[in-house]
Amino acid sequence: MGRGWVGDGSGLTGWRRFSRKVTVSGVITAGFELKPPPYPLDALEPHMSRETLDYHWGKHHKTYVENLNKQIVGTDLDGLSLEEVVLLSYNKGNMLPAFNNAAQAWNHEFFWESIKPEGGGKPAGELLRLIERDFGSFEDCLERFKSAAASQFGSGWTWLAYKANRLDVANAVNPLPKEEDKKIVIVKTPNAVNPLLWDYSPLLTIDTWEHAYYLDFEVPSKCQMIFTKFESNGSHRVVFYAEPKSSIHKHIHGQACVMGNGKLKARIRNG
Amino acid sequence: MAIRSLASRKTLAGLKETSSRFLGFRGIQTFTLPDLPYDYSALEPAISGEIMQIHHQKHHQTYVTNYNNALEQLDQAVNKGDASTVVKLQSAIKFNGGGHVNHSIFWKNLAPVNQGGGEPPKGALGSAIDTHFGSLEGLVKKMNAEGAALQGSGWVWLGLDKELKKLVVDTTANQDPLVTKGGSLVPLVGIDVWEHAYYLQYKNVRPDYLKNVWKVINWKYASEVYDKESK
Repeated sequence: MGRGWVGDGSGLTGWRRFSRKVTVSGVITAGFELKPPPYPLDALEPHMSRETLDYHWGKHHKTYVENLNKQIVGTDLDGLSLEEVVLLSYNKGNMLPAFNNAAQAWNHEFFWESIKPEGGGKPAGELLRLIERDFGSFEDCLERFKSAAASQFGSGWTWLAYKANRLDVANAVNPLPKEEDKKIVIVKTPNAVNPLLWDYSPLLTIDTWEHAYYLDFEVPSKCQMIFTKFESNGSHRVVFYAEPKSSIHKHIHGQACVMGNGKLKARIRNG
Repeated sequence: MAIRSLASRKTLAGLKETSSRFLGFRGIQTFTLPDLPYDYSALEPAISGEIMQIHHQKHHQTYVTNYNNALEQLDQAVNKGDASTVVKLQSAIKFNGGGHVNHSIFWKNLAPVNQGGGEPPKGALGSAIDTHFGSLEGLVKKMNAEGAALQGSGWVWLGLDKELKKLVVDTTANQDPLVTKGGSLVPLVGIDVWEHAYYLQYKNVRPDYLKNVWKVINWKYASEVYDKESK
């Protein structure tokens, strides 16, 4: 059977789509699945209602994944990781049709992990050190993040990301970046765009499409939404490049993915 | 939970802003939220009264307020010869000014059924639609397809290209007015496909909103504009 409804004791439910199996209708589907958020859909209340999660995850996110699978089955993009599909379909700005669904699928998966019940507070350890180095204080970073999210023109996302200072220009001499050149940044992206496209490492994101907050807040009082959402954000997320000179590896589990340019990037989560 | 009370009056008097203010040697013309020519609930069931009220009193009002602020800042920057500030303000002017322009057209594009909403276009515009799109149904199908396919926020338009003397269907992103797609384009009918235009009622099903909005489209206004602009 190609897919089934999963329910487990924690209350998580979701469609699980298995790769390259034939469904009852005889149609072969590509392999991305709609992963459920790592918490029950009502667990973020009162900051984000169950109703919002039902629509946002159960309809919007689900549709992106389903449509992506339909778009790429049997094509060159079939069988690649989601990140690879995002980067290849971005096609240096001349987007292929699959880009929107792929990027939105990636963005939403990342978003559910950027927030958590009983989250909030402050980051710690290396991430806090970098934030304080680049913003002065965590509070300043938070204020700038909220202003960025509240000032998006149209649909998009606001990100906290790690940027390595590299220049990718043909014929330019690219000096080896110093440790101090690597920065934590806040970036806004329109529609489905995300900072993977610029070779940044996303740390946290907030969805500022209207569907993300409209049922709960109705109005452009995004600041209120952002404040409460950031309160829900998980902390202790650290991202490092697995570069030759990098030295920090003491984390619980990691996740590696191969980018379209063949570079191995390690995304390591702590906590 | 957010407040969901419904007022049947068109607008609350207290929200109206004063218009002209004089700054520096020149006065700048600022803008106010236009009244709707119908009650908030008058477009039901196609568009709910709740959406109409929030869309008008909150979203459009915010565009007007922010547009006025941007214009004031622009005026000061122009007077001081502060070129980089003048340039920096352009995106806020385009976004908020565009939002005001687009929504002002939108309220006129809609009418309650008992005021002609949904009645097919007659006269010159009716014929032009048949000529260019085969039929009104053909036009609606095309606009709905383009509106549904629009990624993110924006508008789908029926416009008149004054230079080429033909009708066009086009989309714009965010709050870009139709004229940003071509200097000779005149908007006849615009449909807001930002999520705020339909989400409370239709949720993620934008195609259902697009199917139903035609029941309250005011073709009389569109025909007037067409007649005037196609002389």
